[in-house]
Amino acid sequence: MAAIFQGVGAAAPLSSSPSNSFDSNKSVFSPPRSFSVVRSDGIVNLNPKGRSAQRLISNAVATKADSPAASSSSKPGHELLLFEALQEGLEEEMERDPRVCVMGEDVGHYGGSYKVTKGLAKRFGDLRVLDTPIAENSFTGMGIGAAMTGLRPVIEGMNMGFLLLAFNQISNNCGMLHYTSGGQFTIPVVIRGPGGVGRQLGAEHSQRLESYFQSIPGIQMVACSTPYNAKGLMKAAIRSENPVILFEHVLLYNLKERIPDEDYICNLEEAEMVRPGEHVTILTYSRMRYHVMQAAKTLVNKGYDPEVIDIRSLKPFDLHTIGNSVKKTHRVLIVEECMRTGGIGASLTAAITENFNDYLDAPIMCLSSQDVPTPYAGTLEEVTVVQPAQIVTAVEQLCQ
Amino acid sequence: MATAFSTAKFSTQPFPLNPTSTTSHDSSIVFARPTSQFLGSTRKFRLTSSSKFNLSRRSKTVVAVSDVVKQKKSKSSPSLLITKEEGLDLYEDMVLGRAFEDMCAQMYYRGKMFGFVHLYNGQEAVSTGFIKLLKQQDSVVSTYRDHVHALSKGVPARAVMSELFGKTTGCCRGQGGSMHMFSREHNLLGGFAFIGEGIPVATGAAFTSKYKREVLKEADCDHVTLAFFGDGTCNNGQFFECLNMAALWKLPIVFVVENNLWAIGMSHLRATSDPHIYKKGPAFGMPGIHVDGMDVLKVREVAKEAIGRARRGEGPTLVECETYRFRGHSLADPDELRDPAEKARYAARDPITALKKYLIENSLASEAELKTIEKKIDEVVEDAVEFADESPVPSRSQLLENVFADPKGFGIGPDGRYRCEDPKFTEGTAHV
Repeated sequence: MAAIFQGVGAAAPLSSSPSNSFDSNKSVFSPPRSFSVVRSDGIVNLNPKGRSAQRLISNAVATKADSPAASSSSKPGHELLLFEALQEGLEEEMERDPRVCVMGEDVGHYGGSYKVTKGLAKRFGDLRVLDTPIAENSFTGMGIGAAMTGLRPVIEGMNMGFLLLAFNQISNNCGMLHYTSGGQFTIPVVIRGPGGVGRQLGAEHSQRLESYFQSIPGIQMVACSTPYNAKGLMKAAIRSENPVILFEHVLLYNLKERIPDEDYICNLEEAEMVRPGEHVTILTYSRMRYHVMQAAKTLVNKGYDPEVIDIRSLKPFDLHTIGNSVKKTHRVLIVEECMRTGGIGASLTAAITENFNDYLDAPIMCLSSQDVPTPYAGTLEEVTVVQPAQIVTAVEQLCQ
Repeated sequence: MATAFSTAKFSTQPFPLNPTSTTSHDSSIVFARPTSQFLGSTRKFRLTSSSKFNLSRRSKTVVAVSDVVKQKKSKSSPSLLITKEEGLDLYEDMVLGRAFEDMCAQMYYRGKMFGFVHLYNGQEAVSTGFIKLLKQQDSVVSTYRDHVHALSKGVPARAVMSELFGKTTGCCRGQGGSMHMFSREHNLLGGFAFIGEGIPVATGAAFTSKYKREVLKEADCDHVTLAFFGDGTCNNGQFFECLNMAALWKLPIVFVVENNLWAIGMSHLRATSDPHIYKKGPAFGMPGIHVDGMDVLKVREVAKEAIGRARRGEGPTLVECETYRFRGHSLADPDELRDPAEKARYAARDPITALKKYLIENSLASEAELKTIEKKIDEVVEDAVEFADESPVPSRSQLLENVFADPKGFGIGPDGRYRCEDPKFTEGTAHV
C-alpha cells in the first residue's frame, strides 16, 4: 500500500514549476555511503512501471532507508524553508565549534541579503558574524588568512557573481596554499552565496560561477537544492578541512520541507538519487532539478521512466552513483543551468564518456543555458534557461 | 624629511621636500641628500623624546633617532640604542641574508635553481630591523622577495635552500619554490607571487589574533602580524582595502612598505600620483611613518613602536621604509633602466657596512668578532648548499599529495571507493 505525503503548503517561488510540494519517498534502492539519517516522512511505492502507476508521482526527493522499519520509529522532524535550513546548519556548527565565524557584506546586522545569517550576529556577536566593507577580494583573502591561522570562516558572497572580484584569492590562495606550503597550512573555509538565474535580476546578478571555478585545483564545489541537503551540505562543508564552495540558488530559498530534528550531514562527494528509473539517466543540480522533476511528471504520463540524479557534488563528480545509473539505463541527459561553453555539463560529459563509454547506447545529451548574458526581459530570460518542455523533448529524442 | 605619526587628527606634518621633477629617475629629488650618514643623518625623523607611546589620541610629533641618541648621550652616561648582544644578533642576521642571497645568485647561474628568483640584497635592514623584534607566534607575510624574511623569522637556511633547489627537504617539500616560502612552525605565512595578495592574508592572521582574544577569550593572545610588500603594491586595491579593514577593526598588524623605488622597470615616481606612501596611512585612520630603511637601528626603533602599538591593541601602523635593492628585480632582470649614480649612492649606504661601523665606533664589537660571524655565516650557507645538493628530489608519488587537506576531495571513483583509498592512486592522474 502506498501513501504519498504531500508537502504542506510549500511556498516556493518557482512559477515555472508548480510542483513545489514535497513528497518524501523512501527509496529501496542501493544504499549510498552517506551516513545521513533517514528522512522519516513515510513509505511510498516508488517504482511505477510505465503506465501502471495511474497516479502522478510528483515526488522530489527519495530518501535512503537504513532499514525499512526505521522510518516509523524516527522522530517527526520539523518543517522549514531552505534559507532557514542553511541558517540552522550554520548556527549549529557555530555552537559546536567556537572557531566557526561568518564574514561578508550585510551578514551581521542586516541578517544577510537572503536572511541566511538572520539572528546570528545578535547571538554570537559582531566579530563572529562580521559585517565587512565592500571589498570581496580582500575579505575573502582575510578569511583565508584567518583559516590558515586556526579559524574556520564561512565567507558569504552577497551574490555569487560578486565573487568574481575575489577570483584572485579563491584561485591563488584558497585553492593553492595547502599545496604550495607543502601541506603545512590548511584552508578550511566555506565560500557560499546565492547564484543562478533569478527573476529578471539582469545579467550580472544572474551568473553561474560554478563553471569558472571548476578548474581550480584544491577546492571542492557542492550545490544544494533542498532544505534537507542545504543543511546537510552546509554542515559538512564547515566541518571539512578542504576549502568548499557551496552554491545556493536565488530562487530556491523559500522551498519548504520537513527535515529531521537530529544532527545529520550530507556527504560532500556524493550525488543524490532523486527518482530511480530505468529508461534514461537525467543528471542535474540546483534549480534545474525542479524543472527536471516537472518534466518527469510529463514523461511518466507518456510512459517513460526517467532516473533523476541530483549530482550535488560539482567537483568532484560522484562517478559511482552516476556510473551505476549509466550502466543501468544506457542513456544520459544532462540538464544544467550553466552556460553551454565550458560548463559543468561539458566536464560531466567528458567524464562519463571517458569512464562509461561502453555502456552508452546513445550520445550524451546536454541541455544547458544559452551562451548569452541573461537578458532582463522576462520572455527572453525564460528561454535562456532550460525549460521542462525541452527536457521532455530531449528524453523522447534520446529514447528513440 | 618629516614624518607623520598622527592618530585621531589624521594630520600630517608638513613635508619639506617637494617632488619637482617626476621624469627623472634620480631619487635624490624626492629623498634627501646623498651625503646622509648613519645616525648623523640630517633627515628629520622625529620621535617623542621619551620614545614611549601613550594611549592619547592627540597627534604626536616624532623626533629623529639621531636627536634621541644625542639627547641620551648628553645625559650622564652614553647610552646606545642596542646592547652588544643585540648588535651582534642584528649583524649576524643581516650578513646571513646577504650571504644567502649571493649564494642564490651563484647557484642560479650554475643551474641549481630555476624560474623567477628575487633577491633581497640591500634591503636587509628592513627584514632584520622588524623581524628580530618578533616572537615565534607572531606572523610574517611576505611577497616573492621572501628568502630573507624566512631566514630572519627563523626558518633554517638549509630548508630555504632546499626549497629553492626543489628538493623534498625544502620547507614546502619543493612544491612552493622561491616565491612561496611557508613555515607553520615559524609562522611564516608565505611567499606570494602576485603582489598584494598576501596583504589580505596578513589581515586575516591579525583578525585571528583579535578573535582569539575577544571571542575565544585567550586573554593573553597578543600576536602581531607583519605584512611586507613593495612600492608597486601600494597602488593596488588590496592594499587600500586592507588598510581600511585593519584600521576599522584595529587589527594587530603592521604594514611595512619596502619602498625600493622600482617595480621591475617602473619607477615609483612614474607610477604613483602621490609618491609619499606613508601619507596614505592617516587617510585610513592609522599612523604613517617614513623611515630610512638602509639604517637597521632606525628601522628597529620605529618597529618597536609600531609592533608595540599593535600588541597593545591600539591598531595598525603603516611604515614606509626607504630602501634599495642592489640587484635587479630578479635574476632574469638585466637592470638597465636604473641610473648607475643612483645605485652607487645607495651602495654607499649599505646597511651592513653601516652597522659594522656603528658597532666598532661604539666599541660594541671588534673587527675580529665580526669577522668570526661572517665566517660562521659562510659556513652555514655552504652547509645549506651541500644539504640541498644531497637532498632527494620529490618522487612521482608526491604529485598528488597536499592538493587537499582531506584527500576525500578527489572524489568517489566508478568502483564506489574514494579515490584516495586506492593505493595506486598517486601513480595516476588527478581526474575528478
